[in-house]
Amino acid sequence: MSGLLRRNSGSEALREILLPLGRMGVFVVGAGAVFSAIMLVLALLCRGSGADKLLVDSQGINIVTYTLVNLPQVLIDGVTLGFVYAAIALGYTMVYGVLEFINFAHSEIFAIGAFAGVEFLIGMDRLGVLKAAGPMGSYMYLVLALVVSMVASGGIAMLVERTAYRPLRNSPKLVPLISAIGVSFALQDIIRLVESLTTGQFYRVMPTFGDFDKRLPLFSIKTGQDSTLVDIQIKSIVVIGAAVLMLVGLNYIVNATRIGKAIRSVAQDRNTAALMGIGVNAIISFTFLIGGALGGAAGLLYALKFTRIDPFVGFMPGIKAFTAAVLGGIGNLTGALLGGIILGMLESFAGAYLGTFTMGAFGSEYKDIIAFLVLIIFIIFRPSGLLGEQVSQKA
Amino acid sequence: MKANIVRDSLRSFGAFLNRGRTPYIVSAVLLVLGTVLVYVSPRSIPAFLLFAIAAGLSYFLNMRKSVKLALAVLIAVVIVPILGARNIFYLEVIFQIAVFSALALGLNIVVGFSGLLNFGYMAFYAVGAYLWGFFGSQQPFLLHAIPGTVPPGTKFFLAPDWFYIFIFLGVIVAAIIGLVMGLPVLRVRGDYLAVITLGCGEIIRQLANNLDKPLNFTNGPQGITPIQRPSLPKELLAFFNRLFEPLVGHDVTANQFYNIMFYLIAVLVVVVVIVVTYRLEDSKIGRAWAAIREDELAAQAMGIPANKLKLGAFAVGASFAGAMGVLFAASRTFVSPESFTFLQSVGVLTMVILGGIGSIPGVIIGAAVVTILNVQVLQSFSLFLAQLRQSDAVIPIINFHWKDLSNQLDPSKYQRLVFGIILILMMIYRPTGILPAARRKRELSAPDSLDVPGDTGAEDTGAEHAAKKGVDHE
Repeated sequence: MSGLLRRNSGSEALREILLPLGRMGVFVVGAGAVFSAIMLVLALLCRGSGADKLLVDSQGINIVTYTLVNLPQVLIDGVTLGFVYAAIALGYTMVYGVLEFINFAHSEIFAIGAFAGVEFLIGMDRLGVLKAAGPMGSYMYLVLALVVSMVASGGIAMLVERTAYRPLRNSPKLVPLISAIGVSFALQDIIRLVESLTTGQFYRVMPTFGDFDKRLPLFSIKTGQDSTLVDIQIKSIVVIGAAVLMLVGLNYIVNATRIGKAIRSVAQDRNTAALMGIGVNAIISFTFLIGGALGGAAGLLYALKFTRIDPFVGFMPGIKAFTAAVLGGIGNLTGALLGGIILGMLESFAGAYLGTFTMGAFGSEYKDIIAFLVLIIFIIFRPSGLLGEQVSQKA
Repeated sequence: MKANIVRDSLRSFGAFLNRGRTPYIVSAVLLVLGTVLVYVSPRSIPAFLLFAIAAGLSYFLNMRKSVKLALAVLIAVVIVPILGARNIFYLEVIFQIAVFSALALGLNIVVGFSGLLNFGYMAFYAVGAYLWGFFGSQQPFLLHAIPGTVPPGTKFFLAPDWFYIFIFLGVIVAAIIGLVMGLPVLRVRGDYLAVITLGCGEIIRQLANNLDKPLNFTNGPQGITPIQRPSLPKELLAFFNRLFEPLVGHDVTANQFYNIMFYLIAVLVVVVVIVVTYRLEDSKIGRAWAAIREDELAAQAMGIPANKLKLGAFAVGASFAGAMGVLFAASRTFVSPESFTFLQSVGVLTMVILGGIGSIPGVIIGAAVVTILNVQVLQSFSLFLAQLRQSDAVIPIINFHWKDLSNQLDPSKYQRLVFGIILILMMIYRPTGILPAARRKRELSAPDSLDVPGDTGAEDTGAEHAAKKGVDHE
């Protein structure tokens, strides 16, 4: 592997690390600014409406202040969610880029990662080492759990590719898609079977350890007599940090190493790549491996953030991550990142403001519908996404 | 060539069955045997399976059409209601088979005939179910009520016999929704279209889940209940009892007779669906669908209005589900969003794929097999495990007490696993299904067309592909 991972040149490698970091910063700030601006305009338009009066009556602030006060927290939540979606979306987008195939089972790969990591931590908890670990120790165990998740998910993803997708690689396009749906459903129940046979329950709860649940106060906003505190959970910082590291790492592998070059060439033209001496099957397996590993790590991060997981946990994040991949331009790594951040923001804004602005008529439960609508609208009107070039559709 | 030996012996066995008068004797004997067995022991599953196989076999044997038709009518109108009256559970199973056959036939029009994948098919079923669920209950008077509460004295919105009109309304409304959901086919195809239909299906389910405010249309996750059933003709019940009481062994109550009635309505709908599907398949429209499925560009070049026809496929497929949805709502007197999940959509897709994409008898068999698997085989396996759990039995060598078996191991809850494994295996080993459509069989018997090397990574270009297909069609 060392030969395959050899970098091309020093400055180029540095560029491949700094460039995505810069892009991420631009995307986060840009998406945040755009969403905030839209929200503020909406709030200004809604001044004097029924929602405004309701807010003044119940909380004593008008709708513009309400929007402003809640904005920082909503942005933080949106970015956290966005990075989780981005990490999952990379799995979809890589496989699509290489095989032009929607890996429906990726949402279950994500769930397997979550379960593997959480089971590892539960095991550590039972041994008692988790409680005893100091602040550094808890991070170490988290990193170990991440590694467990990545290995499990990456391995299963490769296995799935070998057994259920490879025999169908040259069939009409819908055949592997149906097989992928089958894998997705079968994996859900296999997870459920394994988990419920071992303990009698098929859901798992992330053990609490370390100081991940603590909230770091950032600043507070004064509105009249009372003030609103803006804080960030440590686990949100961990989620964002881990996701950023993974995204940069993936970008480095794909764009600055030999194996990355091989992946890109297979994505471009499988036959020619094979003629040039590239082991196409190995490269496709490797693609599933890293896509699956990223999905698995995202699964553990998701479990860290939302605590409770069940075998069907992957479906919604999976669909949303796919939406993110389409939104950014499927097959495009940067696009998946952008799409994830936009979708995370959209969801967190919808969750926070939809209920207030419509006076409770439409609540945060509509955020799923919004994600689906984004997916449908983008596929119909801009299938190449925000960043992708025009891709021809092969039926 | 082991497979060939099996195939040859099967073929010679089939030839033996179809010689001269043998098919008449075989189907009569099997049918009588199955009927008697089910009649004598209404709870035995092997007896029921024998009966089901006997009923299914008559279709495939080489007999005169009129005899087959007479047999079918005899089974559907006389034997099944009598057996069903003795054990209502069978009637439920057969009712579900009928419902899912209609659904699978509808999906087959979209997936099988015109080659568009639809992952949101249950949405149309939901539309039908909620249509009668809303108008056939007190819901229109409860728009401003808090979800889950019914002020005393609320009347039903419509008279129960509007149900029959609503079956037709269900067809129309579902077809319109199908058209709307099909609109993306104007721009999108292939896997992206499949994802869009998935999204649409989920949106409709979520709407059913969330439209209990601002106005309470669907009563949210709790669902709408009670929904009216059509009124029961008393004379018919009396007539049935007078005629069949000695055979059934007891008087059939009104509630049981409802089951028989819904079963008969479902069979009627299925018959209509089958006739419509057959007529469509052999029509100009059906051939145009096949042309679009095989090569859209070539079809368009031949002057086929592909977009119109694809929209038509969506509408026709949806309309079957709409009718069945109305029937479902009335027979259950209850609808909730739980019945229309992605899982259910994939279930119907599994039936189509298992039976044979595009093949009408295949799809019906697929529906029957998957339904029996779901409601009978898995259930009884669950029951069996539950009994083992209560007993003191021990697996001898590893010394495992059945008592310790986890309560979560309940096979009836593992539908996903069943669907998933069926889908994967069928896609890899038999993509044409148990009973392939005649057309696909012809295509696949041509050499090289199903040769899937898998490790060369070679992908033929569109032109090559089209050329190969063109040759296959000769």
